[in-house]
Amino acid sequence: MQTKTFVGVFDSGRAVLAAARAARGKGLIIRDAYTPFPVHGMDEALGLPPSWLSRACFALGAAGLTAALSFQYWVSLFNWPMNIGGKPFDASPALIPIAFEITVLVAGVGTVLTLLAFRGLLPGKPAAFSGLGATDDKFLLVLEGRPEAELQAFYREQGALRVEELAGGAR
Amino acid sequence: MSTNHVCALREPLIDGVADLGQVTRDVCDPLDQAPTVAWYGAFAAALCALSFGAVMVIHQVWTGIGAWGLNKTVGWSWDITNFVFWVGIGHAGTLISAILFLFRQKWRTSINRSAEAMTIFAVMCAGVFPLIHMGRPWLAYWVMPYPNPMGPLWVNFRSPLLWDVFAISTYFTISATFWFVGLIPDLATLRDRLPEGWRKRLFGLASLGWSGSHRTWQHYEMVYLLLAGLATPLVFSVHTIVSFDFATSVIPGWHATIFPPYFVCGAIFSGFAMVLTLMIIARKVMNFEGYITLRHIDAMCKVILLTSMIVGLAYSTELLTAYYSSNHYERFAFINRIRGPFAGFYWMMVFCNVLVPQTLWFERIRRDVRVLFVLSILINVGMWLERFVIITISLHRDYLPSSWTSYSPTYVEIGTFIGSFGLFFTCFLLFCRVLPMIAISEVKGVLHAD
Repeated sequence: MQTKTFVGVFDSGRAVLAAARAARGKGLIIRDAYTPFPVHGMDEALGLPPSWLSRACFALGAAGLTAALSFQYWVSLFNWPMNIGGKPFDASPALIPIAFEITVLVAGVGTVLTLLAFRGLLPGKPAAFSGLGATDDKFLLVLEGRPEAELQAFYREQGALRVEELAGGAR
Repeated sequence: MSTNHVCALREPLIDGVADLGQVTRDVCDPLDQAPTVAWYGAFAAALCALSFGAVMVIHQVWTGIGAWGLNKTVGWSWDITNFVFWVGIGHAGTLISAILFLFRQKWRTSINRSAEAMTIFAVMCAGVFPLIHMGRPWLAYWVMPYPNPMGPLWVNFRSPLLWDVFAISTYFTISATFWFVGLIPDLATLRDRLPEGWRKRLFGLASLGWSGSHRTWQHYEMVYLLLAGLATPLVFSVHTIVSFDFATSVIPGWHATIFPPYFVCGAIFSGFAMVLTLMIIARKVMNFEGYITLRHIDAMCKVILLTSMIVGLAYSTELLTAYYSSNHYERFAFINRIRGPFAGFYWMMVFCNVLVPQTLWFERIRRDVRVLFVLSILINVGMWLERFVIITISLHRDYLPSSWTSYSPTYVEIGTFIGSFGLFFTCFLLFCRVLPMIAISEVKGVLHAD
């Protein structure tokens, strides 16, 4: 069966949040919500698990720290040991500033790139529902997988300004 | 309707803005209109200053940095003063965008975008000075550790100057990333309201197909929080490392453990003064008085007052340390500072940085935009003088009286400094015309909460 996808357009964050909660309560399939700013409470309403990017960030930071420290040690101890006034070659405190900067650099830039790759944010990619005002002042809730009448009735009940149908499956 | 409880006595964050659509219109409409005469005038002036600076840079690269007023005793002066001055200016941008975000200070949303832009442009201006100080800027890549055919040969990882290279380049990259991440939703807003054409295509490319999907927002908010968490220690590390350039040396007046916190506070102090200068102009010229309200200005003034007192404390601590150390050289360095040939600079610095901000105790002053404009410029003059006092006065009379000398800048140094202001304002004015100066999606979130 061709599944149909419907977009309900709401005029406030509270309205779309209430609609999403009601839809979840009714067991409707919520594909996504589109909002001009992050509506808090929507994570639970959509049933999303917490973002895993914090763990990615930690791993990237740890990788950056390890790389920066080991490279500096390799240079200072093995590849190019410099005797400066008889000071020790493994001058650990002096290696910390650069290790810290590289940690932050790799963790920061790496996490952003992970986000872009994971969510498919790429230059030239067409934006979904770009005509419906979700980047201005409208809030969209996208439901699917139920008969048209049921979804239409649900949106009306929740006070949607209007409802639009999308050709099956199109993002 | 309110979803958060906001004290009724508190002024609203955003004033006279009815709905979300109006936020979009208010921020984006100026971008669609032709620039005003005032904008053209300011841009022409900035471009002139930039061109003058460019000529000066070409001249000194061509003839060598002997074109500067430096000598064998004073090896650092205007160039490094300007470098530290500009890096310091940048710090307020990160403080507003990252630290105030972590503290959940909602008032930051109106000013964070332009403060972050200010950071990026200020760090660019800062980077110019060490680059031309190298004398042969086309070999600037030598400061990076890269595999080379010159035998095993690496940069010296134990040098504070190399730490600086890493700190400043990381700071620039992370600030630019943070800024761009914050911009993505707003670029999409611009894209969606523009008619078909090259601007729509351009913003379409830059907004990376952003659609406002909550599944993306959820991760986006996490990334924004992580970046804020990373940028906060970063901003402290950057000026700490800049202060290490001095503190790890043996020059009296430089060799002080107080330098890192002293420098970081001074940086935030001067940066907030610069944000104040820019915001006072921007809210008037761009008609953003409903967004950048007197409450925002009042809050910035309080940060300035606090950091001014910390800086004042650092000045007195330096004097006390010199006195209490019983070290002749250390004592002399400070006597020379307050009574020597450059004493006027020192007292002007104390006047601008310690005395003038004391007027901010009064609410009348904190809300008088014209007075604040003058005050913010005085603070920036004072903070430039602080770096000059630390760098030049400490150098010109050190351990060996036979090498004592004086210093005065040549027109090349002054011209390069003017040029750096030209670069800063050219970039900032272009930014005002091309990108949304106020973080649209963040203001919408705050509007809702209020």
